[in-house]
Amino acid sequence: MNGGVPFLPPSASNFAGEFNILFAGLLAITSAVLGLVVLLMFRFCAHYRRNNKTADRGHQTRKSWRWEVGWTTGSFVVFLGLYAWGADIYLREHHPPAKAEDIYVVGKRWMWKVEHQGGQREINTLHVALNQPVRLVMTSQDVIHGFFVPAFRLKQDVVPGRYVTLWFDPDQLGTYQLFCSQFCGTAHAEMGGNVTVMAPGDFAKWLAANASDATLSGDGAALFHRIGCDGCHGAGSTVPAPSLAGIYGQPVALRDGGSALADDDFIRGAILEPAQHAAAGFAPVMPSFAGQLDEEQVVSLVAYIKSLGSVPR
Amino acid sequence: MSEHVLEKQFVDLAHQSETAELGIWGFIATEVLFLGGLFAAYGFFRYLHPVGVAAAASHTDLAIGTVNTIVLLTSSFFMSWSSLAARDGESRPAGVLMLITAALGIVFLGLKAIEYAEDIHEHLWPGPGFSLSTPDPKSGEVFYFLYWLLTGIHALHLLVGIGAILVIANRARRGVFTRAYHSPVRVVSLYWHFVDVVWIFLFVLIYLPGRAP
Amino acid sequence: MSATTILELPPCRGDSYLTDGSTLTSWLLTHDHKRIAILYCLTITGFFLIGGAAAALIRLNLLTPQGLLLDAETYNRTFTLHGVVMVWLFLVPSIPTTFGNFLLPLMLGAKDLAFPRINLLSWYLFTASGLIVLAGLITGSVDTGWTFYEPLSSGYSSGALVVVLFGIFVNGFSSILTGLNFVVSIHRLRAPGLTWYRLPIFCWSTYATSVILMLATPILAVTLLLVAAEHLWGVGVFDPTHGGDPLLFQHMFWFYSHPAVYIMILPGMGVVSEIIPTFARKKIFGYHFIAWSSVAIAVVGFVVWGHHMFVSGESIYAALVFSFLSFVVAVPSAIKVFNWLATLHKGSISFEAPMLYALGFILLFTIGGLTGLFLATLAFDEHATATYFVVAHFHYIMVGGMVSAYFAALHFWWPKVTGRLYPESWARFAAILIFFGFNLTFFPQFILGYLGMPRRYATYPPEFQVWNVFSSAGASILAAAYILPLLYLGWSLVRGERAPSNPWGATGLEWQTPSPPPTDNFARTPRVTRPPYDYPEPTV
Repeated sequence: MNGGVPFLPPSASNFAGEFNILFAGLLAITSAVLGLVVLLMFRFCAHYRRNNKTADRGHQTRKSWRWEVGWTTGSFVVFLGLYAWGADIYLREHHPPAKAEDIYVVGKRWMWKVEHQGGQREINTLHVALNQPVRLVMTSQDVIHGFFVPAFRLKQDVVPGRYVTLWFDPDQLGTYQLFCSQFCGTAHAEMGGNVTVMAPGDFAKWLAANASDATLSGDGAALFHRIGCDGCHGAGSTVPAPSLAGIYGQPVALRDGGSALADDDFIRGAILEPAQHAAAGFAPVMPSFAGQLDEEQVVSLVAYIKSLGSVPR
Repeated sequence: MSEHVLEKQFVDLAHQSETAELGIWGFIATEVLFLGGLFAAYGFFRYLHPVGVAAAASHTDLAIGTVNTIVLLTSSFFMSWSSLAARDGESRPAGVLMLITAALGIVFLGLKAIEYAEDIHEHLWPGPGFSLSTPDPKSGEVFYFLYWLLTGIHALHLLVGIGAILVIANRARRGVFTRAYHSPVRVVSLYWHFVDVVWIFLFVLIYLPGRAP
Repeated sequence: MSATTILELPPCRGDSYLTDGSTLTSWLLTHDHKRIAILYCLTITGFFLIGGAAAALIRLNLLTPQGLLLDAETYNRTFTLHGVVMVWLFLVPSIPTTFGNFLLPLMLGAKDLAFPRINLLSWYLFTASGLIVLAGLITGSVDTGWTFYEPLSSGYSSGALVVVLFGIFVNGFSSILTGLNFVVSIHRLRAPGLTWYRLPIFCWSTYATSVILMLATPILAVTLLLVAAEHLWGVGVFDPTHGGDPLLFQHMFWFYSHPAVYIMILPGMGVVSEIIPTFARKKIFGYHFIAWSSVAIAVVGFVVWGHHMFVSGESIYAALVFSFLSFVVAVPSAIKVFNWLATLHKGSISFEAPMLYALGFILLFTIGGLTGLFLATLAFDEHATATYFVVAHFHYIMVGGMVSAYFAALHFWWPKVTGRLYPESWARFAAILIFFGFNLTFFPQFILGYLGMPRRYATYPPEFQVWNVFSSAGASILAAAYILPLLYLGWSLVRGERAPSNPWGATGLEWQTPSPPPTDNFARTPRVTRPPYDYPEPTV
């Protein structure tokens, strides 16, 4: 592993630095409180021990409520401060920038499958470029897993049945530990790997060296045709079906009222559970592809549909 | 001849009776949480799949459901009457009224059994043999799973209630209850009314969705 | 220092609840809350030893990065057994069913609980549940962790899971009935003059605990029922391949399990609130605040469950709300700690074993609680959740806190329950050894978690080994330290000095009866006229 300050994991994401300061702050405040408690306890136990007859025990405090309100308010104010501090970083951790590149991750017992848009596939490793924000779009093939990179100070449970996202901006070169953080069965402890942050030039070389025949969306296009999606959604189809061009990122009016944003999760849902995602103005006749496609195939379809035009997130 | 025993931790019979009633209210509170959890799961699921649930619910037997509701409400009427009688010291009439209550409860269970047999015949038992001709049979299967679970748990509670009523009715018919001592009737009565109220919620949530024209 | 006026103290005729019937049936069919407390104590001790053996296996295995003893599946089954047994068969019942059962009627001035036969039923349900759970865990392969997350549990687990779930379901009824019994007893069986604000704080915390037992446990029952049904019939409530939602499981599970952790600490706080005034010979500081803080913890504890799900995929709005409320719930605990310290101020303090345990509780609980603040902080939790940081946090509270409080109670009320005095020097030695062994075991785990070692790992990267070795070394000391009380307390039953009715000079109605008490507790119902903790003001 990369070196660094002892007692600190390496700090390799844009959030790690802020996190380290937050941690220091929490440590300082809680150590102060603990120190106070220890000090008072030892002081009182020593000074007011029974066989110390010289201690002044007179003038016992009668009105306790001043103290009560005091330390209650004090605690609450400090807590509010910590809350706001943590919440602020957290909110930024959940708002990826528009220029973040999507990389798809499918977790399954007991490995991580990573798919870059250019068609590069990796297992248990993730290569990213320095200072290029990345948004991971993740799902699980089976049970809940957890994508955890201590060096980035980030983790996200990877849930079957939906997409979750995690974004980061890697700001230090190196190779960092990846762990599965949500218990997933027998080989849970073995389901680890590495995240490698490369200089942009090296990353470009890596992409070229690992390219496959088609990009992710290219694979998706082929699949789109092979399983007959273009029978209804293609040009010249006689079956009324919503056009998919430019649909990614747009709001969609739903058949049973209401609307939803056509993000990655919505598109996945529309493929696997079309009855629940039926668009307004169309009969709900789309068949479900649940059980016929694995999550990696769905990922390629989603990538293809995204490539048909989108609005920024 | 009185069979009641004043337990040593109580000051007098009134103290013991009030405590028993507080006890049954507390127990009912825990049951509300238990069933509340199930209703919450149902509500969550129905919120996500309103069309599928409504379609599936329209396959329930509204006729039996309605008759059963009337049967249970009537049984609660007799149970209340019995409780009043016991309060006035009329132990034997209270016993008879409780027997009527229990009989109506048995009618309910009988109709439920017929309904269950019907449901199985129509392949509405969740699992490999399940079949439902609605646009969203997956949601329908989960609805029916909750149907069997909710009505089954209700029926179990009803059965326990019938058993308890029979035991208390038996004591009542032997003249055990007086103005001073009749809390077992009160306790069983509160439990019975609770089971009835739960049924009303079930009726609305299980039998009525999807029926509006 | 009598806080009450009772009409007469019955002479010690040698006829206590212990000798009032000596056949096995007189114990197994008893209605006496004190005997039921003893029955509980025996069964939970047995379960504690089993859960502790599992802990020993875990720490042994983690001495080396490749896992010293166990293959991965066995390790996973072991930590599952450890969690299930310790939570439901030890911590949840611990102080309430032993000391709650024994002391509550005494503290209320009553002859028994409101519903003695239901109390006995609770014990039978509890014991049966324990046997069912163990049967499932030991004979089958249940390796889901005590949290049974979906769809791992319903879709990927063996049939023994249903046996374990059923056992916990039965266990839940035991909890519910005990909670009901306590709540009704506190409302209706208080002696004349014993108003709410004259109750010992132990009664307030028992009341708060009992409310949680009653209202949270049913949700657990429903949740586990649904998991079992899903496993048996494959219907999609939680399993997404059948149309269910895995997060619904987490919401339902934690809606119970977070309040459950307050079940696992409030009684300990109540015990500490009895011991500090006794050994500082001073009334407790801020009685009303301590009393109501227990209620506040119980109430607010119901609305923080989502802090177990910050990275699970719950919405950011939910996370923001739950984080805020988690900070709010920390405030009443802080209030307690400050009030305990203020009680020491200008007191007259002695350091018998109960006091050492109580002081240890305050320090260890404070550390555990403060690290809870770390975890409530959203951005920190993203890194530290599901790591050993969390493991250390909850062990500081449950073991450093609750188990210390259990031992504190054991020593404090031992003379009352058994009529014997324990050997003080051995007890003090054990208390200090436990404190050091505990810290050596669990403090390194904060470091491990922060460095990124995830929990529930049978094997780990080599750079984590040094801290694991420290932790396991501490565990061996802790294990020895826990065995010690078993030995000298057992010895005291036979050879200990006979105890007077009030060896500590404490206030409280339980000290106004002989040690051990007669079956009916009091010859005549006491009448209370003084406030609680009515110690004369310490003077120079």
